[in-house]
Amino acid sequence: MAVNSLLSSSLLIGRIGSCSRLFSNKRFASTLIIGDHKQGKLDPITLSCITAGKQLGHDIDCLITGEGIGEATKELAKVDLLKKIIVADDPVFKGMLPEVIASLVVDLQKANGYTHILCGANAFGKNLIPRIGGHLDVSPVSDIIGIKDDSTFVRTIYAGNAIQTLKAKDSIKLISVRGTNFEKYPLSDSANVPIETLDKVNVKSDAVEWITSELTKSERPELTAASTVISGGRGMKNGENFKLLYDLADKLGAAVGASRAAVDAGFVPNDLQVGQTGKIVAPELYIAVGISGAIQHLAGMKDSKTIVAINKDGDAPIFQVADLGLVADLFKAIPEMSEKIDSFKSK
Amino acid sequence: MSLRILVGCKRVIDYAVKIRVKPDKTGVVTDGVKHSLNPFDEIAVEEAVRMKEAKLVSEVIAVSCGPQISQETLRTALAMGVDRAIHVDVDATSYANLQPIHVSKILAKLATDEKIDIIILGKQAIDDDANQTAQMTAAMLNWPQATFASKVESENGSLKVVREIDGGLETIKVKLPTVLSVDLRLNEPRYATLPNIMKAKKKPIEKKTPADLGVDISPRIEVLSVEEPPVREAGSKVKDVDELLGKLKELGRI
Repeated sequence: MAVNSLLSSSLLIGRIGSCSRLFSNKRFASTLIIGDHKQGKLDPITLSCITAGKQLGHDIDCLITGEGIGEATKELAKVDLLKKIIVADDPVFKGMLPEVIASLVVDLQKANGYTHILCGANAFGKNLIPRIGGHLDVSPVSDIIGIKDDSTFVRTIYAGNAIQTLKAKDSIKLISVRGTNFEKYPLSDSANVPIETLDKVNVKSDAVEWITSELTKSERPELTAASTVISGGRGMKNGENFKLLYDLADKLGAAVGASRAAVDAGFVPNDLQVGQTGKIVAPELYIAVGISGAIQHLAGMKDSKTIVAINKDGDAPIFQVADLGLVADLFKAIPEMSEKIDSFKSK
Repeated sequence: MSLRILVGCKRVIDYAVKIRVKPDKTGVVTDGVKHSLNPFDEIAVEEAVRMKEAKLVSEVIAVSCGPQISQETLRTALAMGVDRAIHVDVDATSYANLQPIHVSKILAKLATDEKIDIIILGKQAIDDDANQTAQMTAAMLNWPQATFASKVESENGSLKVVREIDGGLETIKVKLPTVLSVDLRLNEPRYATLPNIMKAKKKPIEKKTPADLGVDISPRIEVLSVEEPPVREAGSKVKDVDELLGKLKELGRI
């Protein structure tokens, strides 16, 4: 599964790489970031990954794969930190299957000797990074929240109830990055990162076929990227009542999330779920409405800057993490907030 | 059909337990703490047993890696309808450093030895929250992977799997042999009934070691410390919506 177009450059780099090993591996350490996109538009988690990559202090290349990814590539070209962007735009990447992308990444690693490979810890990265680990015989480090040095990382375990600092001893570090813990690297119009296009991509998988996606359509900001999030729980009682939250969300420019209880009860689709088993968010403002605050939910939102809890049960555990708590019936409080919000909002 | 399923079962601290970090920062307190089958693995076992009940598969084998006490977890799986179990014995000290990569190698070897067609695992264990084992096992075997599955259907010898992804759901089709990892909404695991718990006591548990399987379990990751997360400062209660909005404005949040 060789990537032909890489051969010329890789031979050279390979030679330099093997010489350098006599002196120091570290000097030639380099990072590959695997970019993600949604329908060809760069997923902002990629920019968080680049900030994490910067902390490693090595040269950074970024790979972007897919079908019709011109727009994502253009955005990446504005990341002045990148040494180059490797673009694999080919129908074989339809559905972004890890079987296909992992093979390409393994080829790139062998050709270019990357010591660090990073991807955002979203559904794409979580699916992909360990598969690369299986191929390279490397133990990956999942969902890091901090970097101490280029082999020492910080992550959470037990649903965010403990923080683990670890040293990755494999020669290649495979890492997925929690987007909410790293600022998005700023785009710069003056940057003009060189682009290397892989025109012959010899990777495929006959054993798996992507069939279709059903994406939840929403005008509101994406949950993990929103600066304000309003989430509803079991206390919402049914799906129709979520309209109360949508109305307030629209006035605040907020995304709407949900607890697992609300998802399991069928009030909202599961991609809205915030928690250990759903999405991790850390907005400026998180408003928890009718959510008791189970451990699994707290794991997904407790790094929010300001937490507001609205619940009629004053003893609900959510009040222990809330900066501001309102003990009230949400069916009265939320419409009242929607009504009064405009007069309070900063101009 | 004579397909065979291997299903992974990890013994973890029960999801409802409030964990405590050890004062020496080497890990969390596990002694005397209630443990149970990882909730995602329960769903994996349930799915495997349902496939057997639907006569899609002929045998379901559960496997757990860990100290002797891991056999309790295997008994739970056996009581839910698994046919037989393999306990890969890892002493407590080594187990503290056992990583998904080791478990993946063990599973890959067992899958080959036992002529397995489908491996079903939970999408993550709720202790290390790694979410790696299924993907790594699939890569080692060079099998396709269908992770975060919320619906699985058999279709002409392939599996059609609905996966939970960021913006919603996606459907893929994987050929056998394959590895699945299951998400919470795939099914509702059954309770083991008393007669089935009694029957499970008679089902065989075969004991192996990583060495028997030729798997090196020396740690690839060294845990330097485990600490309590920062505690949030206690907040305050407000009396009404006006006060709430006023304070949010003061904080510059609205």
